[in-house]
This record gives sequence, C-alpha cells and structure tokens, in this order.
Amino acid sequence: MKAQASLKEQAATKTGADLLVEALINQGVDTLFGYPGGAVLPIYDAIYRAKGSFDHVLPRHEQGAIHAAEGYARVSGKAGVVIGTSGPGATNLVTGIADAMMDSIPIVVFTGQVAKGVIGTDAFQESDVMGITTPITKHNYQVQEIEELPRIVKEAFHIATTGRPGPVVVDIPKDISSSVYQKDIDDSFDLPGYQPTLKPNPLQIGKLHEALKEAEKPVVLAGSGVIHAGASEDLKTFVHQYKLPVTTTLLGLGAYPGDDPLSLGMAGMHGTYSANMALYECDLLINIGSRFDDRLTGNLKHFAPSAKVAHIDVDPAEIGKNVPTAIPIVSDAKAALQKLNEQNVEAGDYHEWMERLQNNKKEYPLWHEQPEKDIVPQWLMQKVYEYTKGEAIVTTDVGQHQMWAAQYYHFNRPNRWVTSGGLGTMGYGFPAAIGAQLADMNSTCVAIVGDGGFQMTLQELSVLQERRLPVKILIVNNQALGMVRQWQEKFYSERYSESIIDTQPDFVKLAESYQVPGYFIDSQETLERVLPEVLADDQPAVIDCRVLQKENVYPMIAPGKGLHEMIGVKP
Amino acid sequence: MKRIVTAIVHNRSGVLNRVTGLLAKRQFNIESISVGRTETEGVSKMTFVVEVEDDRKLEQLTKQLNKQIDVLKVSDITDKAIVARELAMVKVISNPQIRNEIQGIIEPFRASIIDVSKDSITVQVTGKSDKVDALIELLRPYGIKELARTGLTAFTRGHQPQVAEMKSYSLLK
Repeated sequence: MKAQASLKEQAATKTGADLLVEALINQGVDTLFGYPGGAVLPIYDAIYRAKGSFDHVLPRHEQGAIHAAEGYARVSGKAGVVIGTSGPGATNLVTGIADAMMDSIPIVVFTGQVAKGVIGTDAFQESDVMGITTPITKHNYQVQEIEELPRIVKEAFHIATTGRPGPVVVDIPKDISSSVYQKDIDDSFDLPGYQPTLKPNPLQIGKLHEALKEAEKPVVLAGSGVIHAGASEDLKTFVHQYKLPVTTTLLGLGAYPGDDPLSLGMAGMHGTYSANMALYECDLLINIGSRFDDRLTGNLKHFAPSAKVAHIDVDPAEIGKNVPTAIPIVSDAKAALQKLNEQNVEAGDYHEWMERLQNNKKEYPLWHEQPEKDIVPQWLMQKVYEYTKGEAIVTTDVGQHQMWAAQYYHFNRPNRWVTSGGLGTMGYGFPAAIGAQLADMNSTCVAIVGDGGFQMTLQELSVLQERRLPVKILIVNNQALGMVRQWQEKFYSERYSESIIDTQPDFVKLAESYQVPGYFIDSQETLERVLPEVLADDQPAVIDCRVLQKENVYPMIAPGKGLHEMIGVKP
Repeated sequence: MKRIVTAIVHNRSGVLNRVTGLLAKRQFNIESISVGRTETEGVSKMTFVVEVEDDRKLEQLTKQLNKQIDVLKVSDITDKAIVARELAMVKVISNPQIRNEIQGIIEPFRASIIDVSKDSITVQVTGKSDKVDALIELLRPYGIKELARTGLTAFTRGHQPQVAEMKSYSLLK
C-alpha cells in the first residue's frame, strides 16, 4: 500500500527531466540520438517512462550520436536532437557541434552537468560545457532554475532552426533534472536580440534586376542556403527565366539539378573546369546562400576579378566577409528568389557566354584513365550513381572519396547529399548515414567512406546490427589517407609521411562479426556483378572496394592559386 | 584605425565571455573594454576600444557582435558626437618634498590625490583617454609604482550635430 501511494505521489509531480521530455514531445521530436551516463540518469529515467513517445537511438560513441543527428537533420529538414552526459560525454560531442556550426546544421544538444552546488569544484565528470561550446554554437544555455527549462528548450529549437540554422547546446545540471515541480510553467519567450531578417530589401532586388539587364556574362552560385531555405524550385524558376548558368558549392550540391543543361557542376578546389572558369570570367556573380569559403574561392585576389557581386544570405555577417559585394541582399533564399521571380525583366544577351561555357563543359569534362581490370574511384562513383539511378542519399567523410562522390554523383534534388564540408570531419559519413536513413527509410542510403575515416567511427556497426538498418557502407579502400597522400605527392616531393596505412582489419570479417553482410570487391567484373544487387536489397552491407592508390583528384587548384590556375584539366 | 564600439547586452552569466571570446576568435584587437549596468534592469552596456585594419574588418566586428543572441544593439559611435571618459589611478613614488610639485602638475588635469603614504601618492584622473595619457606621461619621470585604468566608457550626446559638422567632433581616428 505504501509503495503504491508513493508511486501515485510521484506521478502527480514532475521532475525537471519530465519537463524536458514533455518539451521535446511538444517540439514534435520523433528521434533522439543519445548516450546515457551519470549526470543524465534522471533524463534517461524520464525517457524510460515516456517509452513510445519517440525513438531513442543508442550509438556506441557520443560522436556517432551527433553525426547521426546531423545526418538526420540534413535529410529531414528538422532539428537533430542529441543527449550526452557531462564531462567526457559532452566533450565527445564537441567535434560534431563544431561540424554543425560550420555547415549550418540545426541540432539541439542536451548535455548533463554535475549538480549546481558542485559546479566549479572539478567534480567527477565535470567539464565547462558552456566555456567549451560557446565559440562553436549558435547559442548555448545552462539551466539555472527548473522553471526556465521548458522556455529554454523552446528557445533552443527556435534558434537552431530559424535564420541561419546551427547547433544550440543546453547544459542541464543534475539537480535541475532530478528536482520536482508541480505548478504549470509558462514557456513563452521573447528574444529581442535575435530577429533574423528574412525578407529582402526591394531596393536591392531592383538593383539585381538592373544588373541582370546589363550583364553579359552572369553566373549563379548556389550554396547550401538554398537547400536550408527549401528554395530549389524557386531557384529553378529564376534560372530558367533568364537561362543562367548555375554552379554549386560542395554543400550546395542538389540545390540545382546536376543533370540540367544549365548546370556547370561543382566549383572550387576540385570543381569542374567550366564552373571555375565561369566564376573567373563572369561579369555578374549571383551568390545565393554560399559563404565564399576559401575552398571555393581559391586565392581571393583572382576570384571573379571583373564581376559585380550580388550576395543573398540570411546571415548579414557573411555578406562582404570575404568578397566585396555590390548588391547585398540579407534575406532567406526562398523569400529573395520569390521576390526576384515576381517581376521578370528583360535579360541581357548571354548568348555568346553560354556558348563558351557549354563548349568548356564539352571540351574539358571531368576525366580519368580507365585501367583494364582494376577499379579507379571515379569509375566506382559513376557506377554507384548508375545503380542507384541518382536517387540515393549519399553521405561521405572527408577527402578524396568525398571529392569524387561530389564530382560524379549528380544530385538532382536537395537533401540527398550529406557531407562534412566546413570542418572536414573524418568519421562523419557512416554515423551520418544512420541518421539520414532513419529520416528517410524509403530511400537507399549509401555511406561512401574512406578506409581511414571509417575506422574512426566503425563502432556504429552495432546500430546496423541492432536495427537491421539497410545502410550500405562503401569503403573506397586505397589503403591510404588519400588526400594527404595526394598533397604529399604534389607538394612534399612524394614524402609519404604516415599516410600509407596498409595494416587494416579484414573489413568483411569485421562486418560479419556485427552480423552485417560484408563484401570484398577488387575488380571491375566483381563490382558489376555484386554491387547492383547489394545496393538494391534491404539489408545493411559493408563493401570493401579496393581502388588504385595512386589516383588523384583532378582538376585541382593548388593552395594560394586562383580559380583559373587549375591543374589536371583534361588535355 | 581606432574605433569606439558600444554593445547593449543582456546581463546574463557568460555574456562577457561570449563577446570577448568572439573578438579573440576573429582576431580583433581589443584595446580596452568596460562593462556596467544601465538604466534598464537586466541590461548592461559594454564599451570597446578596438584597433581594426579597415572598414571591412570593422563591419565584420559589428556584424559578428550583432549575431550574438544576448547582444541587443551594437553601435560604432566613433564618428558621432559623444561623451567619453575613463578613469585611471596612478601610484607615484613621492616624498613629502615633491608632493607639492606633483600637486601642481595634476591640477590643470582636474585630477585628485586620493591616497598618501610615506613614499607614494595615488592620483585619480578622469577624462578622455588622451588626457589620461598626457597626465601619465607627465607623472612617469617621478616613477610610477602602479597604474590601473578602467578603459573607456562612452555614449552619444543628447544632441547630434548635422552630418556636415560632425567631422570635428571625431574623438579618435
């Protein structure tokens, strides 16, 4: 009797953790990525009690949780939600938080913290989460009073998903999550310091219309801002109206159909000849949602030297940061494009320009040599593209395989391409694929990873084993840190310092130990036989695909060089 | 170029860290910073004197500060009509013989002596930074034992002259 009474009492009161769970449900969260630990025990208890309200995914390392949340956010368009414990739990999340900050991925991270009374005493598993994450978050909070918790959760989701998206960390001391509260709590908020400008200034839109009339050599550069704003269709309307050539950034792949005749492909360090020359020679550059990253621009002195630059960005700080801008448009990409499309002006004559670009496209395409039997990674990517009909969700790590995937997999719609762009995180691809797959169970999800990167987060095979998640892990195995090796070959006189790693596990057996089917492919013939079937079935898979180590990514712009100084262009 | 930038911020724990961390991360050089409460409860004001290379860097500074969620308003007031003050305390080596001499030096600066000991005196001076600099230079030959400055705090005057007149009011450039 006594036990029952106390249970009842418990049900009538709520803990801070219950308030958190309630707030998450109110936000429409359906998937959580987290790892329990001491400081989040009350939260995990509340999750236990709320069973069925959402799916909790347990990765085998916190880094896996946060990259999965990033992949989930990329594909679903919703905020990814992560829970980690204090101290090492929180510090293990740091790489993913920094990654999400660089690539503007909306995630909300809840970290446990030691009880308020012992904060600052170097308590067991204490770390200064606020101090550590301040420079790598859009905003962060440490909950001081239980009454604040629902409001902070609401604010965190609002900040993470609006304006320029980004990561928000909420640090919750253990005494807050375990203390009880009975009254109703007001969770309304007011953020006078956070009022993103979402609508464009009509004056600047008018200026861009004028510029389109005057231009002879315009080009559109589409960044991931287009994807975040869900503005791909509006971009298509705009581009088709004026028949403008389009190039995308690495993260902007899919913002505009890669197969479209007006698409020049990706620009930048390993971009296509036609895209880079278009940026170099243009007289009007319309940047929509790209931040002019150094991997895109090359040496700024030689970047679009004769262009008038128009820049549409929801983050005013990006406009004029790297490239002087004549027409600044602070706005959400969708709102700006819709405004641009409201009125059609008579475009200039781009005829000659288009001919030149199309000719570049035809004469200097991406190229590689094709051996008789061995697999070159470029060919491998073409095959993946072919077998998945360009419809798959593709995730990658960072390095050579990432560039080849970006070059040869033509994304025709947004939210299919999940890669670590700004931070360049090895080990990102596979856990990101778990989140991406969970966000869209009906699509084929291929994690294209390097043999180096995969070994950084391969413990997440357990998640595939547990859930039979049909993620296909394609290891582009050149037994080397390919991009490091390439740079050492080109710029360090072939001194391959610590970049050739020929000792590695038997990936097939490794996969099998997790009850995931493993495949070994080392010839074109085997690949053509095995890969289509593996990609089509509904099982997870690890494919150890051996590729030629000596292949380099071309074209390439050496560090310090301008966009027009590409090496390795098709002769 | 030297600029005076003010930021109105939410008075929350960690806000100073956010702002200074941001400036450090983006490699801005802060010459001085002063923070204090304002007429509005829960709102503080920060005044920075920063050294920036050019207008583009300056624009970045204000934009990056504005992005902070706890920052409510950022203004570069360098070219406005402003009142700007800082306070300095200077402990100067002195014996009774030269105390009068020092008194004579500081008087035109409307500075005052706020502490006296056997072998030193402490001078307090308030004013624009160049005035404070000037007094410190005059006191240096006597031997400065200790020096502390609050950094500049500033706001705009109640009446702003027309654009054409403004140049002459520029404090630092």
